Amino acid sequence: MPATFTRTPAHEVERKDTGIGGRPPVDKRPTGGGGGDENWDRHGHGRGGPRELITRYRMALIFGLSGDLMFFIAIVSIFFARQATGHFDARNDYVMDWRPIYLPSILFINTAIMLVSSLTMEIARQQLFRETDVMDEWLGIGRPMSRRATPWLLATIALGLLFLGGQWIAWEQLSEAGVFFSGNPASHFFYLITGAHGAHLLLGLVALGAAIAGVYWLKRVEYRQILVDCTAWYWHSMGVLWF
Amino acid sequence: MSWLRRHVFTTNHRSVGLLYLALVAIAVAIGVVLSLLMRIHLAWPALCFPGWGVMKPEDYLALVTIHGTLMVFFVLTIGPQNAFPSLILPGQIGAKGMAFPALNAVSLWMTALSLFVLLAAFLVPMGAPISGWTSYPPLSAIAAAGPGQALGMDCWLLSLAIFAVGQIFGAINILATIIDTRVKGMTLGRMPLTVWSWLISSTLVLPAFSVLLAALVLLFCDRHLATSFFVPLGDAVAGHVIRYGDGSPLLWLHLFWFFGHPEVYIAILPGMGLASSLFANFSRRPVVGYKLMATMTVAIGLLGFLVWGHHMFVSGMNPYAGTAFGLTTMAIAIPSTIEVLSWMGTLWAGSKRRGGLILKTPMLFALGFLSFFIAGGLTGPILAQPALDIYLHNTFFVVAHFHLIMAMAGAFSLFAGVYYWFPLITGRRMNETLGRFHFWFTLIGAYGTFFPMHLQGLAGKPRHYADLTGPAASLLPNLLPSERGITFSALLLAASQTFFLVNLIWSALRGLKADANPWQATTLEWRPSSEEELKLIRHGPYEYDVAWTESDFIPQWAEGGDQE
Repeated sequence: MPATFTRTPAHEVERKDTGIGGRPPVDKRPTGGGGGDENWDRHGHGRGGPRELITRYRMALIFGLSGDLMFFIAIVSIFFARQATGHFDARNDYVMDWRPIYLPSILFINTAIMLVSSLTMEIARQQLFRETDVMDEWLGIGRPMSRRATPWLLATIALGLLFLGGQWIAWEQLSEAGVFFSGNPASHFFYLITGAHGAHLLLGLVALGAAIAGVYWLKRVEYRQILVDCTAWYWHSMGVLWF
Repeated sequence: MSWLRRHVFTTNHRSVGLLYLALVAIAVAIGVVLSLLMRIHLAWPALCFPGWGVMKPEDYLALVTIHGTLMVFFVLTIGPQNAFPSLILPGQIGAKGMAFPALNAVSLWMTALSLFVLLAAFLVPMGAPISGWTSYPPLSAIAAAGPGQALGMDCWLLSLAIFAVGQIFGAINILATIIDTRVKGMTLGRMPLTVWSWLISSTLVLPAFSVLLAALVLLFCDRHLATSFFVPLGDAVAGHVIRYGDGSPLLWLHLFWFFGHPEVYIAILPGMGLASSLFANFSRRPVVGYKLMATMTVAIGLLGFLVWGHHMFVSGMNPYAGTAFGLTTMAIAIPSTIEVLSWMGTLWAGSKRRGGLILKTPMLFALGFLSFFIAGGLTGPILAQPALDIYLHNTFFVVAHFHLIMAMAGAFSLFAGVYYWFPLITGRRMNETLGRFHFWFTLIGAYGTFFPMHLQGLAGKPRHYADLTGPAASLLPNLLPSERGITFSALLLAASQTFFLVNLIWSALRGLKADANPWQATTLEWRPSSEEELKLIRHGPYEYDVAWTESDFIPQWAEGGDQE
C-alpha cells in the first residue's frame, strides 16, 4: 500500500518503551508474570509491556467485579432469608407476609435486548484485537480499528438505553398495578435489585461513552485496547448478573 | 502551591502512604480523647465537665459509637492495610509504584471524606449516633430510637459506605500490585511475610466490604424507603410500635458480622506479617517455617470467613449454629498458635546467638505485639464457647479481650512499623532512649488499663452502660476502686504517647542520620537507592545467619549465590 505512506498520519503516534522491545501490542507470546514458577530465567519476562498492562487492568476489573458479585450475593441471600421468615401472630399462627409479585412480561424483552447488546459489545471488542488493523493503527497509517469498533459501540449504547427504558416501563407498569417499592417484601427486592443493576448499567453506559471517546483521543494504542476491553468485560458481567 | 501539589495532591505512593498515616493520627487522637472522656465518666459519674455539664447516658453512647468506629475503621484498618502498603509495598516487591497510582489517591481521598462525614455527625442536630459501631437494628433503623439516630445515624451510614468503596479500591490496587508488578525473581516463595499478609488481607477486603456495603444499602432503605428488611413487626422502639413489615434484625447481624469478623483479620494480619519480619531481622535468624507461616496466613484468612456467628451467641440464633461457629472459632486458634510458635522459635534461635536479641525500639514494640497477641488470644477460646460467652458477652471481659488482641496488638504493630521504617522515610533514626520510655510506659499503661477489665467482666460489669441504676447499681461501689485504677492507667497510657510525639518531631528534624540499611535488613525496601536498577533477585526474604559471607545476612538484592 504505497499510497498510505504519502498520507499524513492522523496525529503523531507516541511510541514509548513498551517493554517488549518496541514491538506493537499484538504480541501474543506468554511473557511470564507467572506466580509459583521458580525458574524465571527460562522464559522472557517482558515487564510493563502491553500484554502485561492489559492483564493488570483486566485483573483489577475482575477483583472489582468479584466484590460487586458479593454485593449482589448478599442482597440475594437476604432475599431468600426474608422469603422464609414470618412471625407468630396473636392466635399463635405462623404468618408470612411474602406476596410474590407478578413480573411484567416486558422484562423478557429486556433480557433479549441485554443478550444482543452483549453480542454487539463483543464484536466491538474483537475489532480492537485484529492483528492487521492493530498494526496499521500502531504504525499511524489510519484508524481502521477505531473506525470499525465505533458503530458496534454505538449499537451497544443504544441497546443499553433501550434496556434501561424497558426497565423504566416495567417499573411504571408495576406501580400502576399498585406494586410500589415499600409495598411488600418481594417488591422491595424487585426494585432494589433492578435498581442496583440499573445503576451499574448507567455506569457501564458512561464507560461506553468514555470508550468511544477513548478510541479517538487516547494516544497509545494499548490504552485504547484496554479501555474497550475492560468496558466489554464489565458489560458482559452485567449481562450475566441480570440472569 | 507546588509543595501541595508534590506532597498532598499527588499519586506518588509514598506521599499517599504518609497522608494515610496523617489520617490515622487524626483519628487516633480523637478516638483517644473520646475514650478518656468515657473513662473519666465511669470513674466519677457525677463529675461536671466544664462547658458540657454532667455526661448524659446518650452522650456516653455517642462516645462509644464514634470511638469504636474511628478506632476500628480509621486507625486499625487504614493504618496497617492502606498506609503501610502505600509506603512500603512497592519497595518490598521491587516495583516502581502501585499498579494504579491514581486509584490509590482516589481511595485516600474517599477515606478522608468518609472521616470528615463521620466527624460531622457530632455537629448535626441531635448529635452523633448512639447505637455502637455495629449499629444493630431496630435501634439503628428507626430515627425515633434516640438522639443521634436521625441525621447522626445517616452520617454514619454515608461515612461507612464511602469508606467501604474506598477500601475496595484500595484492595484492588494492592492485589494488582502484588500479583502484577513484582520484580523479576520475586516469586511467591520469596515474598516477605508482610507482602503475604497484605495479599491475604486485601483478598478479605473485597468480599467483606462488599457485604458491608449491601447491608448499609438495605439499612438505608429501611430508614428512608419504608422497607422492612431488619425491622420486626410489632416491635416497640422508644414508645413507637412498628406496624409494617416483618423483617429480622438477625439478618443485619449476619451481614454485619460476615463483614465484621474478616475485618479484624484485615486489621491484624499485616501486624502479624510485620512481626515475623522484625523478629527475624532483630534475632538475625531466618523465620522458622517460612512456608508454613505463609500457609497459616492463608488458613487464617479462609477460616476468618467461617466464624462470624461467634459474635451472635446471645442474639437468639439457633444454638446448633452456635455450636458450629464455636468449633470453627476454636479451629482458628490452631493457625494462630502455629504462628506464635514460629515467632517463639525465631526468638529462641536469636537468643542463642552471641549477643542475643537486638532490643532496638521496633523490636521492643514487636515483642509487645506478641505479648498482647498471646494475652488477648488466650481469652479467645474462652469466649468461643457459647455457654461461657452467654455469661461474658455483654461484660467488660469482651472489652478487655478485643482491646488487647485487636486494639493494643494493632497499635503496637503500628508503632513498630513507624519506628522501623522511619529511617526509610526521613533518612534519620528515631531516638532510642525516648523510644524505650515510650515502649515501657505504653506497655504498663495498656496492661493496667485493659487487664483489670477481665476481672470486672467476670464480676458481671456490663459494657455499653453509662451508669448502673437499680439493683445492678449495688455492683458499682465494689468496682469503683478498680474503675479509678483503670482510668488512671488510661490517662498514663495516653500521656505516654507524648514521648512518641516528641520523638517523632525531634527525630524528623534532628535525629541521627541513618545509613542506607540501618537495621541490616534483607528485604528489598532497604536497597540503597544509589544502586543501579534492580533487574532480577535471587534470594529469599529472610536469609540471616549465613556463615559464608562477611556479614551475617544476604539481602534480597544481592548478586549471585543462587540458593535453589
